[in-house]
Amino acid sequence: MSSPKLVEDKVVESSNSSHVLVSPDETLESASAKISSIVLERKHPPFWWVSFAIAFALLMGLLYGITILFAIGVGIWGIDIPVAWGFAIVNFVWWIGIGHAGTFISAILLLLLQKWRNSINRLAEAMTLFAVACAGLFPLLHLGRPWTFFWILPYPNTMGLWPQFRSPLVWDVFAVCTYFTVSLIFWYIGLIPDLATMRDRARTRLSKVGFGIISLGWRGSAIHWKHFQTVYLILAGLSTPLVLSVHSVVSTDFAVANIPGWHTTIFPPFFVAGAIYSGFAMVLNIMIPLRYVYRLESVITERHLNCMAGVMFATGLMVGYGYIMETFTGWYSGDIYEQYLVINRAIGPYGWTYWLLLLVNIVIPQALWFRRIRSNPVSLFCVALSVNVGMWLERFVIIIVSLHRDFLTSSWGIYAPTGWDWLILFGSVGLFVSLVFLFVRFLPMIPMSEIKEIVAEREEEAA
Amino acid sequence: MERHERKQRSNDAGSSSFASGANPVPGVDGVPGDRGVTQWGSLEQLTDSPEFKRWSGREFPDGASELADPLERRQFLKLMGASLALMGVTGCYRPPEEKIVPYLEQPEFLISGRPLYFATAMPFNGSATGLLVTSNEGRPTKIEGNSGHSLSLGATSVFEQAALLTLYDPDRSKTITHNGQIETWEQLIAAWLTEQDQQLAQQGRTLRFLIDSTTSPTAAWQISELQKRFPSAKWYHWEPISHESIVEAHRSLFGRPAYPEFQFADADVIVSFDNDFLFDSPYRLAYSRAFARRRSYQTGDFSNPNRLYLAEPSPTITGSMADERLPIDGSVMGTLVQMLAASLGVSQAKAEVHEREAVAWVEACTRQLKQTRGRSLVTAGYRQPAEVHRWVHAINAALGNIGKTVNYREVPNAAPLPPFKGLAELAQDLGSGQVETLIIIGGNPVFDAPADLEFEKKLTRARFTLHLSLFQDETSTACQWHVPENHFLESWSDAVGSDGSTSIVQPLIAPLYSGYSRHQLFALFLGQVSAQDYDLVRDYWRAHAQWNDFEKQWRQVLSDGFLPVNSAAVIPAEDSASPPQPITSGQPTPEREGSLPVRQSLPQSAFSRTTVAASGPRDPSNTIELSFHPDPTIWDGRFANNGWAQELPKPFTRITWDNPALISPALAKELQVANGDIVEIRTNAGKVEIPVWIFPGQAKRTISLYLGGGRYRCGNLGNNVGVNVYPLRTTQQPWVVSETQVRKLGKFHQIVSTQFHHSMQGREPVQTRTLDEFVRQVVPPDQLTKKPEPDQTLYNFEERLTAEHQWGMVINLNTCIGCNACVLACQSENNIPVVGQDQVWRGRIMHWIRIDRYFEGEPDAPKFYQQPVPCMHCETAPCELVCPVEATNHSAEGLNQMIYNRCIGTRFCSNNCPYKVRRFNFLQFADTKTLSFQLGWNPEVTVRARGVMEKCSYCVQRIRAVEFDADKANRKINDGEIVPACAQVCPAEAITFGDLKQQGSQVSQLKTSRLNYGLLEELNTRPRTTYLAKVVTEKPETKLQAKE
Repeated sequence: MSSPKLVEDKVVESSNSSHVLVSPDETLESASAKISSIVLERKHPPFWWVSFAIAFALLMGLLYGITILFAIGVGIWGIDIPVAWGFAIVNFVWWIGIGHAGTFISAILLLLLQKWRNSINRLAEAMTLFAVACAGLFPLLHLGRPWTFFWILPYPNTMGLWPQFRSPLVWDVFAVCTYFTVSLIFWYIGLIPDLATMRDRARTRLSKVGFGIISLGWRGSAIHWKHFQTVYLILAGLSTPLVLSVHSVVSTDFAVANIPGWHTTIFPPFFVAGAIYSGFAMVLNIMIPLRYVYRLESVITERHLNCMAGVMFATGLMVGYGYIMETFTGWYSGDIYEQYLVINRAIGPYGWTYWLLLLVNIVIPQALWFRRIRSNPVSLFCVALSVNVGMWLERFVIIIVSLHRDFLTSSWGIYAPTGWDWLILFGSVGLFVSLVFLFVRFLPMIPMSEIKEIVAEREEEAA
Repeated sequence: MERHERKQRSNDAGSSSFASGANPVPGVDGVPGDRGVTQWGSLEQLTDSPEFKRWSGREFPDGASELADPLERRQFLKLMGASLALMGVTGCYRPPEEKIVPYLEQPEFLISGRPLYFATAMPFNGSATGLLVTSNEGRPTKIEGNSGHSLSLGATSVFEQAALLTLYDPDRSKTITHNGQIETWEQLIAAWLTEQDQQLAQQGRTLRFLIDSTTSPTAAWQISELQKRFPSAKWYHWEPISHESIVEAHRSLFGRPAYPEFQFADADVIVSFDNDFLFDSPYRLAYSRAFARRRSYQTGDFSNPNRLYLAEPSPTITGSMADERLPIDGSVMGTLVQMLAASLGVSQAKAEVHEREAVAWVEACTRQLKQTRGRSLVTAGYRQPAEVHRWVHAINAALGNIGKTVNYREVPNAAPLPPFKGLAELAQDLGSGQVETLIIIGGNPVFDAPADLEFEKKLTRARFTLHLSLFQDETSTACQWHVPENHFLESWSDAVGSDGSTSIVQPLIAPLYSGYSRHQLFALFLGQVSAQDYDLVRDYWRAHAQWNDFEKQWRQVLSDGFLPVNSAAVIPAEDSASPPQPITSGQPTPEREGSLPVRQSLPQSAFSRTTVAASGPRDPSNTIELSFHPDPTIWDGRFANNGWAQELPKPFTRITWDNPALISPALAKELQVANGDIVEIRTNAGKVEIPVWIFPGQAKRTISLYLGGGRYRCGNLGNNVGVNVYPLRTTQQPWVVSETQVRKLGKFHQIVSTQFHHSMQGREPVQTRTLDEFVRQVVPPDQLTKKPEPDQTLYNFEERLTAEHQWGMVINLNTCIGCNACVLACQSENNIPVVGQDQVWRGRIMHWIRIDRYFEGEPDAPKFYQQPVPCMHCETAPCELVCPVEATNHSAEGLNQMIYNRCIGTRFCSNNCPYKVRRFNFLQFADTKTLSFQLGWNPEVTVRARGVMEKCSYCVQRIRAVEFDADKANRKINDGEIVPACAQVCPAEAITFGDLKQQGSQVSQLKTSRLNYGLLEELNTRPRTTYLAKVVTEKPETKLQAKE
């Protein structure tokens, strides 16, 4: 943890709100009531309806775009030869990256006994799932013949053919599928005690039955809790290597290729750092408005924001180090193709994307050195937004700028996205946000059991 | 289809088809070329101008993201579909019959699934190329050159290749029309009979025939019969791109129409004044081969290559081969020739030019020519006036070249009047109402006649006008009657090439639409209403060939593809090589008595200006000259509706689907224009608005225009593609206009080129050696280091290459002239789709082999490099590694192969291909809706659907065909038996394919050449396609002298 203050994991009864994980006003009952009421009782604010409507419209745009895409072909996008990968792959890597925060928060921070993760892990995990779902769309959409996607899976078939296991795209499939499956199970297991709480507090028949079924008969007995903790820890242990492996594998999509700008050994750790960077940024971007709208300041305190900003900042510095090393090795390689790539990134046709990337991804986040920025939700939201844009740009720079000018000057080209590219990018944002809003509407976004754990511990100490 | 019975399978021909065989951008260019010369690409890059920055930021400007675009392509498909539907509406469309039943009687030689080969010939621009056409179940699918034909030698140019697509063009005319209404052949006959009676009554006094430059003996015979029937009728020939100045110059010298024929094999030094003899000469294929053989560097002791000195206004493929190329205005050629004549002692006349480079160039030519008397060759192009040709003749005669490197042949069936003069006379007669009946056979004079003739307007004054043509084109629309013409692959005819080779034009398929041949039409005019072209052609040869056994000989001729006669007599050397008379004035040779008074009748012709220019130094600094050239892909506009031709990137500019005005970098700076800026060009004749393209190597103050753009009635594909520049052309100044005003308009047009950025950036994809390095067997050190050490791999490749054959290819950069024929041959052989201008603009051109070009040196007079790039078939192919489904993989014989069925379209292979030779079907590019196009597809090659990757396969279908045959016959495959389409069509023999494992095979020998290198070899891809480095002249003499 980059900031020594974050080591503090005990509840300190102090006026300094940045140290508080759960507001001292919260009791066991009030925590449950507050969180469950969002789903069960409270009327949904206009904010929810308006935002959901916008996101849903974007989602419809996505569906329209996909329909046309399947009907006509990937030629509706701006991809060409030499830039055969465009927005679809940029979006894929971006979404996968975003999908890293949840598991990082749930698994790694759990193992590291970081209590501050408790109020945010549910939302972060849900966000992970949705981001991975968005990411998972793109490899399918980008196929020239998407209806043959399953050929990439190792399944028994009459042709007796296997995938080509040397291809990183096959590794991708395994990595992403595994990650999605484990994340889903992890998230669902963590939900079970809360689902039971919801069942118990439900007023309507429908929600009683619904929550009753998915809470799998949880009664909160000691033996339940014992099994629960064991499974949860095991899953956390399983997830931990996945956090590191998924984006490492995704990075091999590029590192295995021979294109200058792709063919580099720094990619796996660089991509993982970038993924956690953008993942935390996205958690902040989602959490800050929700915290405000649903008045969750008592469970998502400034301390949480501060901690997340710290993690984001630390990984951001790693990413910055990656940029420096990429440039250095490009020059140091003595290879004219690598050297040209470095120059072309900075002053080629897409030079502006590189400078913009440095601005939004490295320069602006330097504001996080200041506690005032870290603990102010508005400024933190802005920085996180900047990081999200920056991480998208980073993938653009890596993929498109490397591809458009490779070895032979005769085959150099240019890439310009079409309206369909943008529609599908924003449509995927629409899908993501829609899922988040549905999640907020139908499931408890803060883990009540874990909040109550903190409250209980505090009460024990007080006693 | 019954005609197939008449065709003979050519056994000989059948087997021969396979048997024949400056300143870099600051900071960008990290490593400047070690060898002192920096290669660069687009001028904007070189100059680092704001335009470049502006452009490079947004090569595809704002409009790039229209949502509607993919739908536009659908609309295109719909249009194609609609035109197909219309074929049905007319009711005159005869689709080829398809019956899925076995043959009751197997047609002779026909085995289903095996192609047959038929010899025929393609008449083109006053000559003819002998062809061998592949026929699959009665459908011609591929055109190859006839290796026995002297004007083909087994090769073809782009035009012969493109002709196949025209055959299947759904926009072709399908029915006779009268004033736009569909009519029948019977009604045409009735109309003609009325007309005929009137003309017979007055002996055809008001009857005129205008015919394209046909060389058919049968047609000539029919014409002479018609002249007997209508004694007062007049005949004119029209061809917008004609060699009239050459023919007329020699007519004035020898008293008969003559055309020079060169022996490049014997010429050590070649001096060319604006003659693009590798592209637009009727001898282009034969010349390409002979010229290339003198600089192939394929044998180790090759030390006496030919040297080419060439002056021209706009870079051409021939110019790119020049050892010393002088970019200079076309109007100065006369002066230059006289300077050369003076310095060689042929004349005493003084002539001067301003340009120091030109003086140095002439001095260099003089020095070389003096050393090589009798082994040199001076030539001028048809764009130059007759006077220049007479000077050239005088120089050749003085050098003793006549009879050695230069011969003259009489032009067979020469036009009674040269085209421009003839058309002018016809237009005058039309205008004055002396023409009542006008029959136009082929050609398109309404579109391409000189503007000052106002041909279209005058045409309406005739009472009866008829046009026979393939398309309902501009002229057809202006005429009352239009008769659809049969394609040359659909009808019987005959043709004579410029060298006198005589061929029978044999149809490969029954007419797709209800067309008629010109012989049928002539027969109608002769009163033979139901004559068939087959009978007419046979009758002619039966009467004129004097064969003992006509049927036997006839079959033999059809099998060979040409007759054992030569219809163009060589003018004896003693007649033509008369010692030059001392010349003291500007008139090099006195006009002979009895020769046609050509020049006197042409008022103020272009050459009289040359004489004026010769009298005093011309000041080039204040005029802008206009120069017309045939389009490198659509010629005079006749291929405008041909997708293959339109999409073929033009040499050096790599522009497709457009014909911008080509201007020099200096002039662009002066006019403050960038690529795509629209200018108005105004001459005395008229004005056009046309976008510009900055062309390195263009003469500083010459604007070059390609003819043929801007057709407006050629079909759905070609209408309004490019700009029509014929309105600037006049009978007085058909090729060069010296008084021109150019004005920038402030409008912009996106020109689509396939190669914008093309500096080599110190990467040296084209490696060069100096002659000295070649002779001393030295490889430049910086190029040596690029080869990876053999032990830089963990794999033992020799162990893995266990199959009997290991295929490989060598491309000789010394002989490649960049003619583009391989690109179209590949397109035709491999069913490669046409994608249209918009998709090319989006970077999705589909050609499997592309011609890369690079510039080097000064932008005003750069060196040109061209490099054909097919798939390299790397032994360690990066593409194979990354395909998740193994859709691209390696065969045991070393082919990097694509399995289209397995491809799911991730495109990772293309990303990982360092050569970027892979092509992706981003959309449904293959036109599966237009039935007629399907007829032309090669049944041996899968038609790719959308979403799959494709690329050069080394023509694997041809490899397999030979392998099967050899296997069945239990014999070995001979070297040279397998020829990919690109190698087969190459007139310069630049591409060699074969078995690397076979001892002594040509390809394995070339691989041991010290010029052999692999593209991007340093990546350790171990390419199977390699190149022979280009041997360059190390010290361009003129440059040294100009600097002194």
